[in-house]
Amino acid sequence: MLSPAIMRSNALSPMQSSGTTAASTTSLSVLPDAAKLVFRGKTEAIEAAGAHFGVKPSLEACRFAAVGGRSVYWLGPDEWLFQAVNENPIEVFGGMSAALQGQACSLVDVSHRSDGIAVAGPTAALVLNHGCPLDLSLKAFPVGMCTRTVLGKASLLLSRSEEHVFHVDVWRSFAPYVWQFLDEARSLS
Amino acid sequence: MLLINCPYCGPRPEAEFANGGQAHIARPADPMSLTDDEWAAYLYMRDNTKGLHHERWRHANGCGRFFNASRDTTTDVIKRTYRMGERPEAEHQGAKP
Repeated sequence: MLSPAIMRSNALSPMQSSGTTAASTTSLSVLPDAAKLVFRGKTEAIEAAGAHFGVKPSLEACRFAAVGGRSVYWLGPDEWLFQAVNENPIEVFGGMSAALQGQACSLVDVSHRSDGIAVAGPTAALVLNHGCPLDLSLKAFPVGMCTRTVLGKASLLLSRSEEHVFHVDVWRSFAPYVWQFLDEARSLS
Repeated sequence: MLLINCPYCGPRPEAEFANGGQAHIARPADPMSLTDDEWAAYLYMRDNTKGLHHERWRHANGCGRFFNASRDTTTDVIKRTYRMGERPEAEHQGAKP
């Protein structure tokens, strides 16, 4: 078995210390690694998954629910992302998998696929809008909303945890691009 | 930018979507009984409508789901979007089913 250190390295760790030194009101930070599972299935199975995970998944479109370090993001009408910050993916997957025994659903461990960035500050929405065409006003994109969308040439999962804090979850190979894109955008705004 | 109303997520920018070609083309129930010409027609022949056209779209950078849209090909106005399995409204059935 591979050691966890070999199995997992954050694609953004070299980026954290680089970047513009321009004074900006928006901060970028790398989010801690997390166990991430993509679930697909119908209502009965998602209820069982939520009960085991300890977070009730949102059945409303484009919303996420969080309890402590655990959160569940709505991705599509039958698709959710389960995320557990700083937990071992193998253990989280094993527990969920056992709890979903006999249910018609799919569960995939995607912990190694993406890395997270927090974009925080009063102009965070403006910075994101340099490459994201969504309306990020509080009315159209309230706190608690999440959605997959685009930023420049990259596809990513965008969520708003506080009025001035957005989380970006982006695939590893796009992560340095997105970081540099946001870094450049915040130096302009 | 054009806004497209995803039946699951609501109005979203066009950049999040991918076009999936003409909608409501049913796969023949028994392909083996078809002539080569009939099979080729099913595979390749599509309407080139001027006016209202029913087509498939996918919210590729969003919920990832396919849905149908009734779009006017002359004005690019999308009159209505509806989920897979639903039929276009009678008033919009200008194009061939």
